[in-house]
Amino acid sequence: MAAFVEFLPYIFSGVVWTIGLVAGGIGIGFVIGLFMAIGQIYGGGEIKAIIHAYVWFFRSMPLLVLLFLFYWGVFPAIGYKLDPLACSIIVLGLRSGAYQSQIFRGAMLSLGDTQLLAARALGMSELRGIFHIVLPQALRISLPGWSNEYATMIKDSAITFTLGVLEILTRTRYVVMATHEPLIPYFFAGGLFVVLTYAGSKIVNTVYERTKTPGLVGRL
Amino acid sequence: MVLKVEDLHKTYAGNKVLNGVSFEIDRGQIKVICGPSGSGKSTLLRCLNLLTHPDKGRVWLEQQEITGEVDDVNKVRQKIGFVFQDFNLFNHLTALKNVSIALEIVRKMKRDEARDLALKELRKVNLADDAHKFPAELSGGQKQRVAIARALAMNPVIMFYDEPTSALDPHLIGEVLDVMKKLAQEKLTSLVVTHEIGFARSVADEIMFMGDGKILERGPPNQIIENPKHEVVQQFFKRINELYRRNE
Repeated sequence: MAAFVEFLPYIFSGVVWTIGLVAGGIGIGFVIGLFMAIGQIYGGGEIKAIIHAYVWFFRSMPLLVLLFLFYWGVFPAIGYKLDPLACSIIVLGLRSGAYQSQIFRGAMLSLGDTQLLAARALGMSELRGIFHIVLPQALRISLPGWSNEYATMIKDSAITFTLGVLEILTRTRYVVMATHEPLIPYFFAGGLFVVLTYAGSKIVNTVYERTKTPGLVGRL
Repeated sequence: MVLKVEDLHKTYAGNKVLNGVSFEIDRGQIKVICGPSGSGKSTLLRCLNLLTHPDKGRVWLEQQEITGEVDDVNKVRQKIGFVFQDFNLFNHLTALKNVSIALEIVRKMKRDEARDLALKELRKVNLADDAHKFPAELSGGQKQRVAIARALAMNPVIMFYDEPTSALDPHLIGEVLDVMKKLAQEKLTSLVVTHEIGFARSVADEIMFMGDGKILERGPPNQIIENPKHEVVQQFFKRINELYRRNE
């Protein structure tokens, strides 16, 4: 039996780290994205301009540049020495927020303004109308786009190996270095990403089917 | 007096949509607004519940001026039931929840209490059996009746209808008009933008004919429909009467 086989559990335990990166990144991105989408549609001119600049910045920079910029540059400059995992989650989250804001924004715009108009005509404040009427519908519409964001993020998370975060790829590289056997370990690592992507998409798909409004067309 | 409008003006992009509109509605009165498209009918309704702000002029709702400094616009809108041409039901909610959501969120009613009241309102528009259905599962006529129930549940002092049957297939118009007639007979104060002259004839106290942002002519339904003085109004009803006769 080749030496790398006994290291496979070591690689496998990187799954927890990868899931942590993705869950943290998607979660932070969700909150940022949601509020930015609301701000971009209902906010004043200044708020819109700030959000526009933010989205433009995070969508234009390579993830690797962002990671290095924040890990070596931004956080030390403001006096924080974050560990690689925390920094990676924050960067993935900030970046995902830019992408997710556009998913949510598109969904909210596709609803048109008549839903909010009807809510306001009943005496709901704008904020209540957004939270009770617009968002529940917009989030459902967002799910297919959101599934895409998850599939992208799970694979992007591997780039954090450059900071030494102990996710799947980092561990695999250690094993390859120790055993001088690249084929099976990298194949195994790739397989883990395939499974994670598939499982995540399945979950989002199930949520979509379960929360679908009866009678409205459209499936994932 | 429930509603009083004085010299209302509204300009959109250099276009004078409302150009000095004045009228009053007393409690229990039904007034119908007619007029060609682009004459300012919808804009008028939206100015009256402050979904749009008029440029000039004053509006009173039950003695309270709502065009001046208003503490809470949402409170004003709660007193006005608004029925849209395209229903605008909340697509993610059942018929029942469409009616009860504002009761819970705006009126702060308990969930059970709101549900009971919503069911009562749905019964009024003959939709109690469809309470659990979603808008996409309802016909246009049913949707509009849910929208009427949704507005009624807030116990408004006046109802605004903005061409409530214009988006409906002809065979569904009757069921909506029947509900509106029933409410009119119960003396629910209403302002109705519509071209349904049969409805106007049977329940309206007055027809106000709008053109170019003004009320061109007003009076009892029979007089306006049969013997209008203004040339534009004559032409308009001549065409509508011809259409009506063909359908009969």
